[in-house]
Amino acid sequence: MATTTREFMLGEGTGPGTAPGTENMQLGLGPQHPAMHGIIRINTELDGEIIRKADVEIGYLHRAFEKDCEVGGWNNAIPYTDRLNYVSPLINNFAYASAVEKLLGIEVTERCQYIRTIMAEISRVCDHLTCVGASAMELGAFTVFLYMIKAREFLWELVEAVTGARLTISYGRVGGVKADLPDDFAAQTKKAFAETRVVLAEVHRLLTGNRIFMDRMVGIGRLSREETVAYAITGPLLRAAGVAYDVRRAQPHWAYDRVEWEVASEKDGDNYARYLVRMREMEQSMRIAEQALDAIPAGPVNVDFEGRPIEPSAYVDQGKQGKTEGLLLVPITLSPNLQGQGREAQKRVNVGDKRVVLPSKEHAYGSIEGLMNHFMLIMEGYGIRPPAGEAYFATEGANGELGFYVVSDGSDRPYRVRCRPPCLPPLAALHRMVEGEMIADLIPTFGSVNMIGGELDR
Amino acid sequence: MDGAAILDDLRARFGAAVLETHDHCGDHTALVDRAAVREVLRYCRDAGALGFDVLMDLTAVDYSRFPGREDGPRFEVVYHLYAIGHNHRLRVKVRVDEDEPVVPSAVPLWPIADWFEREVWDMFGIRFDGHPDLRRLLMYESFVGHPLRKDYPIDRRQPLIGPAH
Repeated sequence: MATTTREFMLGEGTGPGTAPGTENMQLGLGPQHPAMHGIIRINTELDGEIIRKADVEIGYLHRAFEKDCEVGGWNNAIPYTDRLNYVSPLINNFAYASAVEKLLGIEVTERCQYIRTIMAEISRVCDHLTCVGASAMELGAFTVFLYMIKAREFLWELVEAVTGARLTISYGRVGGVKADLPDDFAAQTKKAFAETRVVLAEVHRLLTGNRIFMDRMVGIGRLSREETVAYAITGPLLRAAGVAYDVRRAQPHWAYDRVEWEVASEKDGDNYARYLVRMREMEQSMRIAEQALDAIPAGPVNVDFEGRPIEPSAYVDQGKQGKTEGLLLVPITLSPNLQGQGREAQKRVNVGDKRVVLPSKEHAYGSIEGLMNHFMLIMEGYGIRPPAGEAYFATEGANGELGFYVVSDGSDRPYRVRCRPPCLPPLAALHRMVEGEMIADLIPTFGSVNMIGGELDR
Repeated sequence: MDGAAILDDLRARFGAAVLETHDHCGDHTALVDRAAVREVLRYCRDAGALGFDVLMDLTAVDYSRFPGREDGPRFEVVYHLYAIGHNHRLRVKVRVDEDEPVVPSAVPLWPIADWFEREVWDMFGIRFDGHPDLRRLLMYESFVGHPLRKDYPIDRRQPLIGPAH
């Protein structure tokens, strides 16, 4: 190769490495890079500033999720699912629990279905807020990021009120949920949604017609409808490409067939269309959650028994002294950590199936049957035992179809748990979105696919 | 077309190559012969009445510790198909022996099979005939073994070696 005697300007080469005296440059982005919110490596081949080839390397956050699920009981996998998509962990919890319920052939209670719907939609808003906020920040719109994180904070407070945690929530259970909703949840949600809507309106004004934002987003990272389908991409990216496929609409589960909402879709399949789809979906999600909160079967608290709650220790003492008459009807004062897990709440949110659901504290403390039932579910070698077989359950995760394929050999441990990660297909197709575009365009495109390392690498 | 009709259609068309069908938990499933799998998948994708345009998921299961199946073919490769236009699903499975863990690649049919098959190779050591670039996907190059095989101990530690470049 001839040595060059003058400096070349960036982008001077005209073709893919054809201009005399130039050659393509290899540039590795990541796995640690300030503009990459996620641990991923993209090996690019650059001609000037144009990306000619990109090879995406993943796996930096692999934690053996599927292997870990095989060594504990069926409910032991719940905390692991929190850590798949850690921006909307509730959806993972519920999807996994629903897959196991499908295998067991049980139907959760009406109230539980509504709770799952409401909490999944709140999580979806959180996820979209994070995605849009972070990608706007990477284009210099830091204000948007701060606003959206502020809105997400309101929603995470709701999540915290229900689950007791913000991120590692472990709220789903096979056969129901951990606890009932707190008393004033509807009012809290209303307030948080009002705040979120203010933020969304502000962001719309800041971004949607913004010249700089549109220059960076319109027509960038485009993927045709055919290719999007061939790459099995679902969720906002598929809907941005003109296919209105949404698992919640196509195969309704939980309470999605009992609320009114629209599937947001656009035609262009570029970053801007993805942004618009996410913005519209947030509004639809809040619509779903509001309707579900209005329609949720209430199930009055504390009506069909008399007496005031007593301390758990006094409760156990009475049982030991043989004063068991009517004891099961007396409620226990539960610690705040166990709020929503009393006998009545259990009945509302969990299926009445002793093979699957832990008995309420009143039963576990106050009756031998309850205690035995508790042990049978907790002891190693017992626990939940779905019949041998396989089942696939899919729901709409924030990034697309989130599927769990579970195989049981009839024992108390999952034989195989497979998570179909919604953000793997877009990453597999990322090279198709960025090749031929400028390296700076990689940033908004990577932002728009909303890669979540926990779910991608499992 | 409902699931039962899809399975009937496959049986009528491929005869003995469709070894078994079931619809446990409402998931319609066809177990097909390894030699015919690409043709079955191609038919599923291209036949108008089936129209399975999305390869939603591709994974595998190691049945070597499954009660009653210890001696049978060790692996099952599992394809989950979905048809956007018809809104129906199908599961296609292929049994693979440990001695010759090779399955025809689905990359010519769906580009997404590229990464899915790389992951199955990585995790189970099943090779895909005709795959353009069968590298590990999640683990690193110098990793030894295939972690989702049932005989890979969960507590095995291996030194983490960075990429060569």
